[in-house]
Amino acid sequence: MTPPSSSARHAPAIWGDFVFALLAWGAAGLTLLLLAGILITLLIGAWPAIDKYGLGFLARSVWDPGQEDFGALAMMYGTLATSFIALLIAVPVSFGIALFLTELSPTWLKRPLGTTIELLAAVPSIVYGMWGLLVFGPILATYVQQPLQNLFGDTPGLSALVSGPPVGIGILSAGIILAIMVIPFISAVMRDVFEITPAMLKESAYGLGSTTWEVVWKVVLPYTKAGVIGGIMLGLGRALGETMAVTFVIGNMSQLDTPSLFAAANSITSVLANEFAESGGGLHEAALLYLGLVLFFITFVVLACSRYLLYKLGQREGSGS
Amino acid sequence: MSAIIYALAVLMPFLLIGLGWAYLRGSRFTRRRIINYVSLGCSVLAMIFGVFWLVWILWETLRLGLGGLALSTLTQMTPPPNETGGLANAIFGSFVMVVLATFVGTPIGVMAGVYLAEYSSKSWFVASTTRFVNDILLSAPSIVIGLFVYALAVKKFHTFSAIAGVLALALLVIPVVIRTTEDMLRLVPAAQREAAYALGAPKWKVILQVTLRAARAGVITGILLAVARITGETAPLLFTALNNQFWSTDLGAPMANLPVTIFKFAMSPYENWQQLAWAGVFLITLAVLFLNIVARWIARERQ
Amino acid sequence: MDASVQISSPPKLTVRDLNFYYDKFHALKNISLDIAEKQVTAFIGPSGCGKSTLLRVFNRMFELYPGQRAEGQVMLGDQDLLDRNQNVALVRARIGMVFQKPTPFPMTIYDNVAFGVKLYEKLNPADMDDRVEWALRKAALWDEVKDKLHASGTSLSGGQQQRLCIARGVAIRPEVLLLDEPCSALDPISTGKIEELVAELKNEITIAIVTHNMQQAARCSDYVAYMYLGSLIEFGATQQIFFKPARQETEDYITGRFG
Repeated sequence: MTPPSSSARHAPAIWGDFVFALLAWGAAGLTLLLLAGILITLLIGAWPAIDKYGLGFLARSVWDPGQEDFGALAMMYGTLATSFIALLIAVPVSFGIALFLTELSPTWLKRPLGTTIELLAAVPSIVYGMWGLLVFGPILATYVQQPLQNLFGDTPGLSALVSGPPVGIGILSAGIILAIMVIPFISAVMRDVFEITPAMLKESAYGLGSTTWEVVWKVVLPYTKAGVIGGIMLGLGRALGETMAVTFVIGNMSQLDTPSLFAAANSITSVLANEFAESGGGLHEAALLYLGLVLFFITFVVLACSRYLLYKLGQREGSGS
Repeated sequence: MSAIIYALAVLMPFLLIGLGWAYLRGSRFTRRRIINYVSLGCSVLAMIFGVFWLVWILWETLRLGLGGLALSTLTQMTPPPNETGGLANAIFGSFVMVVLATFVGTPIGVMAGVYLAEYSSKSWFVASTTRFVNDILLSAPSIVIGLFVYALAVKKFHTFSAIAGVLALALLVIPVVIRTTEDMLRLVPAAQREAAYALGAPKWKVILQVTLRAARAGVITGILLAVARITGETAPLLFTALNNQFWSTDLGAPMANLPVTIFKFAMSPYENWQQLAWAGVFLITLAVLFLNIVARWIARERQ
Repeated sequence: MDASVQISSPPKLTVRDLNFYYDKFHALKNISLDIAEKQVTAFIGPSGCGKSTLLRVFNRMFELYPGQRAEGQVMLGDQDLLDRNQNVALVRARIGMVFQKPTPFPMTIYDNVAFGVKLYEKLNPADMDDRVEWALRKAALWDEVKDKLHASGTSLSGGQQQRLCIARGVAIRPEVLLLDEPCSALDPISTGKIEELVAELKNEITIAIVTHNMQQAARCSDYVAYMYLGSLIEFGATQQIFFKPARQETEDYITGRFG
């Protein structure tokens, strides 16, 4: 079986496989090193602050670069409060959107609306931040804060929540902007997991005379619980680590004096964005790096929790996403 | 418009009272139907609510962005306050850093993805650890990546530089590319691999010429999405590339870039700076949406 | 069973005491048989009997997966293919394989055929053109694709794709060609073409084919091996197996009383 022209066979060179495998190994190893590198670098940079304050750093509410006295409490409050407000708004809205897209929307609208939501998830956060500062903030101050101040100005307890100059910046503003930003993320994930619910499961529930709402609430949601929680965690991770959307509107004041939702505050990311480049080394820089480490740790915990939940729920009901 | 809103506001209480009455008086079936309609109504409202904000934001960006956009925006340098100018140096800097970061990050991401999809079957522990670490990097706040690069490059060489910016952006590209490369390679049927091995092809040729090629569209989609992501990234550039008021091609020095310029200009009280910031935000949004649409188009072509 | 069944032509592959394991599962048990040179040997048996596994031992395809291992001998000439010192890539270049489903690579028709050749031979462009044409003619595909050699391999129909895969396998001049249920994903007309092709190719090349289609085995093979639960139950000339099977199990399977 000899073709028209042929030459002797050469055994393949071994070095090709060797070099390629080495490159693949190296690249994978690099990502492992990267994480270790980030942790070690931050630890070293933050060491002066860790050395001085220890874990007590987390419970100190002072942040005074002038006096070289630092604590993380105010920023942690800012980060957690804004993310909490964001989820409070974004989760129900995203659920509604996902419900609409999977069960209610006419077919011709499904794709354009779905694509719009997904594209909006890609819009850079700086756009949201700038819009929040220049467009949304003033409106919030005029149409929400001032009426609320007029309404609750004399009610003890509530008045503190709405006090402050009406400029439209602060925890609430940042929380709302974050909510708008994470809605596309969470609703896209929820829609995807709702869509993997087997049609048969839904049809048998409809067959028993269930209403659309009952099918979604009692069949689809339990079936996709794992994926839904995963989506919410994804949104939470985004909100916690988001810098620009928050920095524009939170006001950049490291304080904890007032519980007002309209007072200027700071989150971990905003204080880093505002102060780090000018910190000029020393304890200030170390404290900021310490904050970065804390933030990294918080997002890591959120990721690990979501992974663990997904793993456990996925094991129990065999529904993954 | 306001008449409609007013009419709705007047009708709303009657509607609610009516529903409440029907709920209390109605049969179990009626109650279930009312719950159904109310919750589905809320779902529609949620959809409108969500789309409303997003349309508003994009509309303002378009309106104010186009308003601030002129030919001089593309040709002139960033101006001092209250003088005319453009964003030419910032656009150039962003372009340079994004392109370089893509070229640095993509090969590493693709090779690590290849490792996870093609080499890891014999060492489950290493693979799942790598995968988990990659997930951490993927969800790590980008500002933390900026801190890392600051400590690694800026502090060491005592200067903010474009190289540091490139490094920070590349570190954001890598995890995205790893994830999509692995996912896409896993979609290639095993038969495809076996057929190449059956011809006596060595592993690296099987991967390069057959499996990666079969996964090409998906991998390119992932790379484009990563590029879109770093195009709008601001946080990691704040203390790596910093900013530069002038045209600079020196990779060892601070380099102007759109996101940081926008941040600085938008936070300022100067009218002309804010206008340029809107123009910049418009350009970035346009670029990001364009990249996303191209990525989707490629992904769809494949099917 | 008795390993010394007489085959009328010299053996190309000699299998002796072959055992195969998926982790703990003993998938092939003491297989010994000879595969005759330039003849077609068909492997039949119910699903899971190990016939495909046996084929994948011949070109060491199983080594791609952890936990699978083979013991025993598979001699090609005087070389043991299972010997660790044998270069696995060279073994696979000498023993071609075609799979159940067509597996065209994501490249042009021309490049599909040239892919394997380029791995082992340095041909100048004109010689490569000749080689591609030669292989495509062998696979009875040339006339259908000669005007679109630079179209994508995936643009062909299922039957054409499978013949492209055969051309790709033939192009590297293997000594043995393994066909693993090559027609199971094809329509009857394409199946007929592949069977004609097998009859044509066996003049020059040793062929081992796994099939679940009894008529196919009867039509195109010279020898038949019946396997069940990892053991070789009966092996002999096709005529003998189909008309005078020595063992009751074989007869039951062939007449459709079982399997």
